[in-house]
Amino acid sequence: MAEPLLAASGLIKRFGGLLATDHLDLALADGEIHAVIGPNGAGKTTLVAQLQGELAPDAGTIRFAGEDVTRLKPHQRAARGIARSFQVTSVFRDLSALDNVALAVQARAGHSFGMWRPASSERALREPARAALARVGLDGRAGMLAAHLAHGEQRQLELAMALATEPRLLLLDEPMAGMGTEESARMVRLIDGLRGARTVLLVEHDMDAVFTLADRITVLVYGRAIATGTPAEIRADDAVRQAYLGDEA
Amino acid sequence: MSRVGARPLALWFGLALLLALPGLAALLDQPFYLTLVTRMLVFAIAALSLDLILGYGAMVSFGHAAYLGIGAYAVGILAFHGVTAAWIQWPVAIVGSAAVATLIGLVSLRTSGVYFIMITLAFGQMLYFLAVSLKAYGGDDGLTINVRSRLGGPLDLSNGSVLYYLVLALLLGLLLLCRRLVAARFGMVIRGAKSNERRMRALGFPIVRYRLTAFALAGTMCGIAGVLLANLTNFASPAYMHWTRSGELIVMVILGGMGSLIGPILGAFALLALEEALSSLTQHWQVYLGPILILIVLFARSGIYGVLAPAPKASDG
Amino acid sequence: MIDPQLLAFQALNGLQLGIMLFLMAAGLTLVFGIMNLINLAHGSLYMVGAYLAAAFQGWTGSFLLAALLAVPATLLLGVVVEIVVLRALYEREHLDQVLATFGLILFFNEAVRIVWGPNALFVALPEFLSGQVELPLGIIYPSYRFAIIAVGLAVALFLYLLIARTRVGMLIRAGATNRAMVGALGVDVKLLYTAVFGLGTALAGLAGLMAGPILSVESGMGEPILILTFVVIVIGGIGSIRGAFLAAVLIGVIDTMGRAFLPGLLRAAFNPSIANAVGPALASMLIYVVMALVLAFRPQGLFPARGA
Repeated sequence: MAEPLLAASGLIKRFGGLLATDHLDLALADGEIHAVIGPNGAGKTTLVAQLQGELAPDAGTIRFAGEDVTRLKPHQRAARGIARSFQVTSVFRDLSALDNVALAVQARAGHSFGMWRPASSERALREPARAALARVGLDGRAGMLAAHLAHGEQRQLELAMALATEPRLLLLDEPMAGMGTEESARMVRLIDGLRGARTVLLVEHDMDAVFTLADRITVLVYGRAIATGTPAEIRADDAVRQAYLGDEA
Repeated sequence: MSRVGARPLALWFGLALLLALPGLAALLDQPFYLTLVTRMLVFAIAALSLDLILGYGAMVSFGHAAYLGIGAYAVGILAFHGVTAAWIQWPVAIVGSAAVATLIGLVSLRTSGVYFIMITLAFGQMLYFLAVSLKAYGGDDGLTINVRSRLGGPLDLSNGSVLYYLVLALLLGLLLLCRRLVAARFGMVIRGAKSNERRMRALGFPIVRYRLTAFALAGTMCGIAGVLLANLTNFASPAYMHWTRSGELIVMVILGGMGSLIGPILGAFALLALEEALSSLTQHWQVYLGPILILIVLFARSGIYGVLAPAPKASDG
Repeated sequence: MIDPQLLAFQALNGLQLGIMLFLMAAGLTLVFGIMNLINLAHGSLYMVGAYLAAAFQGWTGSFLLAALLAVPATLLLGVVVEIVVLRALYEREHLDQVLATFGLILFFNEAVRIVWGPNALFVALPEFLSGQVELPLGIIYPSYRFAIIAVGLAVALFLYLLIARTRVGMLIRAGATNRAMVGALGVDVKLLYTAVFGLGTALAGLAGLMAGPILSVESGMGEPILILTFVVIVIGGIGSIRGAFLAAVLIGVIDTMGRAFLPGLLRAAFNPSIANAVGPALASMLIYVVMALVLAFRPQGLFPARGA
């Protein structure tokens, strides 16, 4: 692969006696959709947290766009173009959907020391926000309080916020969790459309979605990457079959 | 949660009453009410400043009254040394409050939650003890201010009505500024950080610098209230900075309805009126105020403004 | 330069203050660590302990008897407060807890004024402790203060054994890590909370009654010590008894020695008028400066509870 956009090497993370991340190497090519799958407790969210910066690995390095970001905090990595959606929806519940996304836009639109002009009057914030909402299909809900949105809509909102920051790398942690078939299908189309323009690390349990979307898949078991490859390779891999897929694929 | 747009009729009526008050007080020959309402307006400014960080930013500062003291002592100490010009005293008060707030904020904002409450309480007391130790400026007994700040021209603050209208004008002006602030980019960051700090960091906001700025702005505004308080009472005292005063400011914000700007103003009026009413009934009014406070917290948490303007308004779509 | 006898005396005073702070801090940090409740009225319980002891001593004429009565009496009051007011607050935000317990402070401060009047109460030193003890190295120290240190250390030992070695202590530690699980295991969580709060109250009451003879028993006496207790907990690390002990002794010694010697040191180094103006102020601010420094470098405290 040409210089990977994201390269994690030798990541180790311990919680007391538990080895959550076990000498993990991962490389993401620019523009690919890379899925991370594995049984519950495999350490997928822990991995995402380390890539985003919320958790500091006990050992190992993380390089992003040629820069060592291992010691950088979340907001610093976000500023460099890493966006994350959370496994448990994390939006601004007391703001409207539009305000939510507008804040995301604001994060990358210069400083926020403006103290006079209402943020709601700034087209530079509102227009991209509306566009992001439309992209995920929430434009009809722009004025609704995030707390009043349905669960699936809140996940869509979270994706809209991640997209609004125009990131180079999207870390999506189970974006389709709790969604119905139609909503999931829409989410799949959305993520599919990101290929090439952005790089996506997708953690998901929905195997149909994973095998449809992924350029490559990494399988995580007990914090260890037991296999990495194309969907076809993974499907055929014995170790993966035994550990995780069984008869599913 | 923003009630920036709501304007019940009651508030306009209240404003009219406020504008007419000095005249009414003179008519009824009750100068006491002029002093009382001026005091309410001064504390309304202080409560408003606290709402910025507490109501909108979830920064529970239990040492906010310290800035009342800084503002008051800036006026008092300079007056003591013969400097009574407002254009010297007031900037000193403002810069002093801003500087102290920034220093305290730098340390305190490294913590959050309960730690933050305890630490701001501790720093507030530290400043209180500092004031008590200033024997040259009255120490525990406080400092009498013989001459109010000289503004020049027709603005003679020794005239109660003039002071009243000045405080009212400042309150309205600061209220307007605060309204713009909470709706602007800066305000959105503070509100976002209150709503979901984790999300804010994930989006890329370096929250601390914005919180620190808000903290400094709030402290400065409260310092202005301190300046006005000193002019009203002709007195600067460590008592202005006692932690129970900080507690009272928090009560004003909650009683009025936090995160609404108007609410804390109402809360200041309400609490001072309540204290006035209770203290005229009995010397031991605090024994009633305590339980009343507990009842408010348990049963009327959204405050007065919560009753006046109940439904949260989603922003424009 | 500094008289070694004086140095030892002040160091012991610092230890004594530290022990008192520990008694307060242990209760406060337990309540916060286990019930996630910030209780500003902890100082009020200290005050009530002091007042009750003074009252009982007035009736019975015996300090010991008064002490034996005051602790359970304060405990009872604490339990009543817990049931009537605090239970409603466990699920609430910290801000609500702060406000409600602030209301309790206002109430108690005025209530003692109503019952006992606005003037400070005088509490006599108990006869058998009004002398002095001779310690190793020829140091002479007031017996009463020495007794405070001894009692405090005994309590510290008791707390350690209780928490580390008994079933109740295990429940307390478990409750600190996972409230819901403890309830699911069939333990009456309400009772556990009341018991923990009672323990904290008893410690505060004990500190208060011991403080009676050496400090002023008056309305509002709880707040200065409450704030010092907060500083101790912040420096020691919330939820950690060990941290509370170490930080309390540290703070007690720094504050006492600072007030005793800093003005003198400043006078030796600078001209008297500056030293006299700045000295006392600086001495009283010293521990806040220490707190600020600790927070600057270790925001989680010096001895944070493991995994809390």
